[in-house]
Amino acid sequence: MAENKTEQNEKPRIGVFVCHCGSNIGGFVDVPSVAEYAKTLPDVVYATDNLYTCAEDGLSAIREGIRKHQLNRVIVASCTPRTHEPLFQATCESAGLNKYMFTFVNIREHCSWVHMKEKEKASKKAKDLIRMGVARARLLEPQEETKVDVTSASVVVGGGVSGMTAALSMAEMGFPVHLIERDGELGGFVRNLNNLYVTEKSAADTIRPLIDKVNANKNITTHLNSTLKGVEGFIGNYDIVIGTKGAEDQKAKVGTIVVATGALEYVPEGLYGYNQYPNVVTLTEFELLCKKKTLPKLKNVAFIQCVGSKGQVKSYCSRICCNVAIKNAINIVDNYENMLGLMEKEGTVVDKIPVETKATDEIMERRRRRRGRDRGEEGGGAEEVKLGPSEKIEVTVFNRDVTAYGVEHELTYNKAREKRVKFVRYTTDHLPKVYMEGNQLMIAYFHETLKLERTMPVDMVILSTPLVAQPDAGELSQMLKVPLGQEGFFLEAHVKLRPVDFATDGIYVCGTCRGPADITECAIQAAAAASRAAIPMAKGFVQAEALTSVVDENKCSGCGTCVQVCPYGALRKNDRGFAEVIVAACKGCGCCGATCPEGAITMTNYTDAQLMAEARAALEEV
Amino acid sequence: MSEAQHSVPEVKQEASGTGQWEPKLVGFLCNWCSYAGADLCGVSRYQYPTNIRSVRVMCSTRISPHIVLDLFEAGADGILLGGCHLNDCHYITGNFYTEKRVRLMKKLLEDAGIDPTRLRLEWVSASEGEKFSKVVTEFTEHIRSLGPNKVKKDGALKDRLKAADDASLTFRVKALVGKELNLETKGNVYDNKLEKAELEKLIDSAAMDEFERSLILVLSKSKPRSVKELGKIMEVPTDKVLRHIVVLRQRNLISMDHPEGFTPTYRTIEIGGEL
Repeated sequence: MAENKTEQNEKPRIGVFVCHCGSNIGGFVDVPSVAEYAKTLPDVVYATDNLYTCAEDGLSAIREGIRKHQLNRVIVASCTPRTHEPLFQATCESAGLNKYMFTFVNIREHCSWVHMKEKEKASKKAKDLIRMGVARARLLEPQEETKVDVTSASVVVGGGVSGMTAALSMAEMGFPVHLIERDGELGGFVRNLNNLYVTEKSAADTIRPLIDKVNANKNITTHLNSTLKGVEGFIGNYDIVIGTKGAEDQKAKVGTIVVATGALEYVPEGLYGYNQYPNVVTLTEFELLCKKKTLPKLKNVAFIQCVGSKGQVKSYCSRICCNVAIKNAINIVDNYENMLGLMEKEGTVVDKIPVETKATDEIMERRRRRRGRDRGEEGGGAEEVKLGPSEKIEVTVFNRDVTAYGVEHELTYNKAREKRVKFVRYTTDHLPKVYMEGNQLMIAYFHETLKLERTMPVDMVILSTPLVAQPDAGELSQMLKVPLGQEGFFLEAHVKLRPVDFATDGIYVCGTCRGPADITECAIQAAAAASRAAIPMAKGFVQAEALTSVVDENKCSGCGTCVQVCPYGALRKNDRGFAEVIVAACKGCGCCGATCPEGAITMTNYTDAQLMAEARAALEEV
Repeated sequence: MSEAQHSVPEVKQEASGTGQWEPKLVGFLCNWCSYAGADLCGVSRYQYPTNIRSVRVMCSTRISPHIVLDLFEAGADGILLGGCHLNDCHYITGNFYTEKRVRLMKKLLEDAGIDPTRLRLEWVSASEGEKFSKVVTEFTEHIRSLGPNKVKKDGALKDRLKAADDASLTFRVKALVGKELNLETKGNVYDNKLEKAELEKLIDSAAMDEFERSLILVLSKSKPRSVKELGKIMEVPTDKVLRHIVVLRQRNLISMDHPEGFTPTYRTIEIGGEL
């Protein structure tokens, strides 16, 4: 098909270096005969074999070959480009050859190691693979890598613990940061919590210093009651629009974006009598009651864990709820008297907490926030066990299994048990049931150990529901062109190796918007995201690999299909109505090239002509 | 895939008893998963037949139908496309597009008379070294059982493959397949989402039309042909051939040639004949 064949300045002069890799290749492939064969291929002016091409004498053989034989293309037939391509490319560059004039042929992982008992056939295959490499090399063109300037400023979306930590880290490195918070004050989900586990300190007191530092830092511009309304551009060059309630939209230029929009607590509508019976509340609603000191009179309290998680409504485990429930169970045993409603009289029970009461606004609001924990001094293992007023108050935690992971949580779990908090297991075959018997709230459950159906009266049921993604995360993900995972949380570039990067350069993620996490973990992620974002900002530029798409305007009809398929927003329509590649944003996957109905898009270094020549060469005979 | 059960349209290789023929397979492997999986396969020393030669691409989404169909025209016995598992694509959504395109490729191969199972799409992750060896072994044996691709010896098959290739390059087919995923998941400009089955039917019929039209152009290139003659060669009803001719004349791709008796003949216009 019509392929953009730019004129070659000079006739190809190809050098082929076939590696023995000790006996890794040499033991299973007849390397000298392969090198001899390479000499017979078109435009090959030099071919040789080395014991180890990646060793210093192998590399100097390449450099010397380039000089002596005026090679303008180099092929190394050895191991895998996934490990060794940068080394050989750098070698070519050091000898004055553009690194894109290098071709890698894999005759180890893809040949000698997988055909260890068929030397003849493996040798033939190695020859075929080199012939394919030569066919490709003949069509290579030198490429220039583009340098793009980076604006050294950032925007952080979300003013919770993660967002504040990320903003502060970058601000302390000297970068101006816009911190955007949807609500009227900073703090996020934590604002609704009573105390934080492990330290048992008040949540408000814990995050106060962080908020103060953010407010005091001159590099941080905090935008309250604001949202990110628009984003245009690519790494280093984002034009953002910040919309503030009751004010004009503000524009800003930033180089990086950190997403820290947090999560919500799942509202267990229709589960276990929530919103149906009085005193059935979620964990965070309970925290709010404790914080406001508006707890009703209680004798029996039950927690139900994994409400709506682990395959019930959501597939995942929300990680933090076991620890939060254990913390609250201990709170009840130890501190119940202190959290009682001041106005409470003996014997009264607050009806139906979530609606009508004064706390409604708070409750509705906290549904949009994050919760977490704070790590502090010693976990209290050595502390003398106080037997709480357990005769007065009974706490039962119905659980599928207690996930008190890590160093300190297991100790807290033990402490709860020492304080006579009961942990009763249930399975999904026998879910506990919450119901009313006259005026009494009741729980029916199947005791897994006794294998008996049991019932017990309770005064309050606390449902531990998972953190769920923000319902409008999809809008932000579309605006930023970054992906969401199946559960609606933001999806990082690589779960192990790039946990706070998005696949799109210049955009980073931290906190509960990428999955349930507690405060410690959020702070770690936030610091990580900040330092990742600082890399391009500190350098001041990014270098784009020359593997990008190129649009031929003579062929482009402006249909916009490529703009639709590009996962990075690297294509846009220009003023003339044609597709245009944003080189810094393009990752070179080739989707647009394979899609373009007019065949107007070419992929540099992976052109149709190069791929087809390489593949067709496989079909020829030695 | 349903095509797998589809009856094999080609006649099975009769002369495979020579013992000489070895299947020629080409693999297109994505850099991040399948190629890495093949690397791991090597590192772990899982053995497989020597028939496959792989080409590294950044993403399976790079492989257009044209590349695959051209390679079958060139005589490939089997082609393996390897990508990351769905939702694991290094380029986020690349392999979803691959999946759509492969469906079209198989459809066009079938139209052309090549067993669509000669093309295989496999998701192999970077950690699935053993899977890679199994896939290649199985695929090699499968192609061996099908016998060689006869395109080099069978002129009619060659014409049909060329027509399939040309059809894959038409604006209509490319635009439809390019937009397929978005139409299915996000809806069109009026926010109407299309049912998957409905969309596939639409694309299949467009591909079939364009295939037949391309075949008319291929056949009428070397010599002018009448509608009746074309219908006979193509095994397509003459009224349908005539409708295609009308479209092709509107597109200025075919012109009327001398009549044979009272029957008009048509010849492909060569200038700017690129589709």
